[in-house]
Amino acid sequence: MKVLVPVKRVIDYNVKVRVKADGSGVDLANVKMSMNPFDEIAVEEAIRMKEAGKVDEIVVVSIGIEKSQETLRTALAMGADRAILVNAADDVHTDIEPLAVAKLLKAVIDDEQPGLVLCGKQAIDNDMNATGQMLSALLGWSQATFASEINLDGDSATVTREVDGGLQTIKVKMPAIVTVDLRLNEPRYASLPNIMKAKKKPLDTKTAADLGVDVAPRLSVVKTTEPAERAAGVKVADVAELVAKLKDEAGVI
Amino acid sequence: MAVLLLAEIVGGEISIDQTAKALSAAKELGEVTILCASADCSAAADAAAKLDGAAKVLCADDAAYGNGLAEPIADLIVSLAADYDHIVGPSTASAKNILPRVAALLDVMVISDVMGVVDANTFERPIYAGNAIQTVKSADAKKVLSVRTAGYDAASEGGSASVETISATANPGLSEWVEDKVQESDRPELTSAKIVVSGGRGVGSEEDFAIIEALAEKLGAAVGASRAAVDSGYAPNDWQVGQTGKVVAPELYVAVGISGAIQHLAGMKDSKVIVAINKDEEAPIFQVADYGLVADLFDAVPELTKAL
Repeated sequence: MKVLVPVKRVIDYNVKVRVKADGSGVDLANVKMSMNPFDEIAVEEAIRMKEAGKVDEIVVVSIGIEKSQETLRTALAMGADRAILVNAADDVHTDIEPLAVAKLLKAVIDDEQPGLVLCGKQAIDNDMNATGQMLSALLGWSQATFASEINLDGDSATVTREVDGGLQTIKVKMPAIVTVDLRLNEPRYASLPNIMKAKKKPLDTKTAADLGVDVAPRLSVVKTTEPAERAAGVKVADVAELVAKLKDEAGVI
Repeated sequence: MAVLLLAEIVGGEISIDQTAKALSAAKELGEVTILCASADCSAAADAAAKLDGAAKVLCADDAAYGNGLAEPIADLIVSLAADYDHIVGPSTASAKNILPRVAALLDVMVISDVMGVVDANTFERPIYAGNAIQTVKSADAKKVLSVRTAGYDAASEGGSASVETISATANPGLSEWVEDKVQESDRPELTSAKIVVSGGRGVGSEEDFAIIEALAEKLGAAVGASRAAVDSGYAPNDWQVGQTGKVVAPELYVAVGISGAIQHLAGMKDSKVIVAINKDEEAPIFQVADYGLVADLFDAVPELTKAL
């Protein structure tokens, strides 16, 4: 079975986010970028499925600017077999909306015919938490979101999902879209020899126009602002003073 | 403007709190019809009908809706969509599973985690784990949005909306429910807890996390952890609070042995009161803490547990 994993190049999770002075968005110029952490988990899961003999080929797809190639190379270094870049923007500040991403992915999937798509549950930049569900709708496939365990059994998959207050297990028909949550696995680091090998793995480039998809945004950004600042509070001398403050001043215990 | 609000129903029971808070946001957009979709939803529908501001309640009773599966419920909502300008739900795991699917079927862009309604087309939402707030204007004819309920007061009870039973749409049969495992722990769930006690790398080992858990027990709190603590194997993945973990906003957040990396702050800085206990007085966590205690956590935490 072939597995397709979409990966997104986003701001590194350790970088402090700065809002651009003109309010158009967050400053991404000269900022460290990495693979979206949830997508790393999806790539890792695909590799483990391949190692377990349940998957033959892992195709990673990124939709974004030319530089998203770096993210695809990272996925190839982790163990994916080949990559497809859909070049859909010129400026790193142009975020392709999940609806357009889902349409582009659908076009790629119509061509590639994978048996399973593993996505991160959300990207840590726009925090939309939507692409997997939208893709599933457009394909008319089954969906299992927020997965913490995936078991493939032939024409179906049993997926345990992280829901509010606990876990839910569902059985989905294949082909399926599964979006992955933190608890699923801990992604590996690519070794240096594998990083070298990844440079030789195939990477195809397409454009949104090649795929016949209109990526014009439906949402326009009116403004972007910093959240309300939190003022630093006071230092307390000891536990007794802390308890007193929490009881009398804050009234939270 | 007509608004369809998806009631939060989990395991056959309505979450009045989530539904009533989302209703408060939905009311700002127009006349609200609440949709209850479940296997036996008459009790849920009756409860929803009592909410102040509900004009009508639709009750779709079918086994296919009993476990919150996205495909049949999304199809149901799409079948009703022609009568509404806005389709709204709370930002819960359940609604976030369903609403983007609805939006894609309607060929519109979903607007997730709305924290403010500016006008019928314009909404405020957090991006980058709340490190920036973006105001977006939708050009779509219909708006599908989820509401971050933490910022809204629950609509009060006292209404008496009519309940209309509607028929189910065909089940696409793409997935089936196997089981639900509700957390057996006595501790509250991390994202909805009123108090959260979190430990960081400073706790030093999985065994020593017991002192964090003891304090949490005493406070009736949920237990969280920083990514550093999770990566070091001191705490399980699902305890992680931060940009890539859970985003929490409790009444009281106690950060123990947590330095305050950006990615952790992103997950907890909307808490009402923050307490930090750390032996390094330069730790960035103190810049967001309302009350900071510079102390060795192995002394201070047991002492605090005892003092409460």
